[in-house]
Amino acid sequence: MPAKIDPDQVRRIARLARINLTTDELEQFAGQLSDILNYIDQLSELNTEGVEPTTHPLKISNVFRQDQIGQSLSNEQALANAPRTHGDFFAVPKVLE
Amino acid sequence: MIQKNVTSLGYRPTIGLEIHVELSTASKMFCACPNHFGDPPNTNVCPVCLGMPGVLPTMNRQAYEYAVLMALALNCRIAEFTKWDRKGYYYPDLPKNYQISQYDLPLGSDGYIDLLVNGQTKRIGITRAHLEEDAGKNVHDLPDCTGVDLNRAGVPLLEIVSEPDLNCVEEVMAYARSMRQLVRYLGISQANMQQGHMRFEPNISLWIFDDSEPDGGHYTPIIEVKNLNSFRSLERTVAFEIARQAEEWQADPHGYRMDKMSKQNRGWDDVREVTVYQRHKEEADEYRYFPEPDLLPVEIDDAWLERIKAQLPELPIARYARFREEFGLDEKLTTLLTSERTTADYFEAVIQAGASPRRAANLIQSQGMRLANEKGTDVAELGISPQRLAQLCKLTDDDTVSASAAATIFQAMLESDAPPEKIASERNLMQVSDTSALESIVAQVLADNAKAVADYKSGGKKAKKARSFLLGQVMQKSKGQANPKVVGELIDREVLGQT
Repeated sequence: MPAKIDPDQVRRIARLARINLTTDELEQFAGQLSDILNYIDQLSELNTEGVEPTTHPLKISNVFRQDQIGQSLSNEQALANAPRTHGDFFAVPKVLE
Repeated sequence: MIQKNVTSLGYRPTIGLEIHVELSTASKMFCACPNHFGDPPNTNVCPVCLGMPGVLPTMNRQAYEYAVLMALALNCRIAEFTKWDRKGYYYPDLPKNYQISQYDLPLGSDGYIDLLVNGQTKRIGITRAHLEEDAGKNVHDLPDCTGVDLNRAGVPLLEIVSEPDLNCVEEVMAYARSMRQLVRYLGISQANMQQGHMRFEPNISLWIFDDSEPDGGHYTPIIEVKNLNSFRSLERTVAFEIARQAEEWQADPHGYRMDKMSKQNRGWDDVREVTVYQRHKEEADEYRYFPEPDLLPVEIDDAWLERIKAQLPELPIARYARFREEFGLDEKLTTLLTSERTTADYFEAVIQAGASPRRAANLIQSQGMRLANEKGTDVAELGISPQRLAQLCKLTDDDTVSASAAATIFQAMLESDAPPEKIASERNLMQVSDTSALESIVAQVLADNAKAVADYKSGGKKAKKARSFLLGQVMQKSKGQANPKVVGELIDREVLGQT
């Protein structure tokens, strides 16, 4: 089976996903991702003529909630697991200088 | 002006506008947290909008119906089947790392809105309208970090994308204001600009006319300006970009063109009043959309669609046309009266209660809107029932009170629930039109001012002034209660012998 994905493509996908990869990992994941795509490719052997695209595995639609206010968390609960906070806020590294 | 000079060289601004509108539901789009501005940070949050693992979003029916209502008002095709998609998003104000949105199946598409620009109707195409969730708010003025408040994360957000049919600043502004007016008519958003309920993203380029080119011209590179949250910044951004692009093109007519340069993002600097370069878009934005597995599709059948359609009120442009025709009011007054649905409803209720359209329109405009503005409220909320205002209109129309007394009574009605007639008599504002009651005052004034009488009689240059003087004297003696029209007739009869 030919490789579907080369290391350059992995680098690009990793950048879009904000993941840092080493050169070795680029090679390793290029191979693994190609294997996965080749495996999935077996599906294209099926004839899907006239079959509607599936957007969701369940044949259910229109599951709504009424527009009513429910219980929210307190500020203390909301911030409880945050790595860093500042007053009532979640704190993150400066976005704008 | 730079803009004017370059126009003569031959270009046409080509502008499309994306608008984001927060819908005024009680709760958020995919969870039951309150959709409410101004609460303490991170108190309208729950595991769903905080992006905790293992939670499931649930759709707010009201938000979906509001969005469909707007799409209907924009004459869109309504999708019978829509699904949700995840859009990759890596900023701290949306902690899931994706935004739930509608990608390839927007709930509305191929619509239009008609605008009134300088008395002319112009039709602007609507590419699409779709529903998504708003992000939270980053707070940048903290000492050594950026603060994140997620109260707004997950608030239902309607995105409306226009075709690039807008060709000048005036059209952009008319479009933006019409959208605000429309969502307020529909009651689906307060569209409060101070609270960030509406944000604009214009896409601006210039079509340069050039007969030597096969297409008859070319475009300058498209500039997108993100996240403008006031009409003022929208107006200045568009005006600035038109002038800036015209200058760039003049400086480099062969290089500054869309086919040689990619799209650019620029930001508006509100202090320096310029747009600032941010980044080039080397490739189409890569958001890695994929279908949202946690939400089920939405299917709209005819019955549901009809129920939503039944909620459509008379839309602003139709109401404007009807007011002009039915009440014979001028453009300016009609625009004012139809600017808000509540004001237009109030005006019609006053007419229903028996007022003449012209008198009602004038009182609402000259007194109602001024007072509402001072109080920071709406004419309909001033506390003057349509019935009472109609009574005041009738008193003014039949000369029971003068126009200036009507203004005083209008103001007094804010403080009192009494009928206007009672207020008028309590404050001695009833106009005296009874000739016999006025004759003695007129006789007295004429006797005391022989010179003015002579001047008036002479018919010379001073005649007009003399008559006004005499009239003023009578009005003063009657403490402003005399009907000036009757007084004028009496003076004319006595001095000139006219009847």
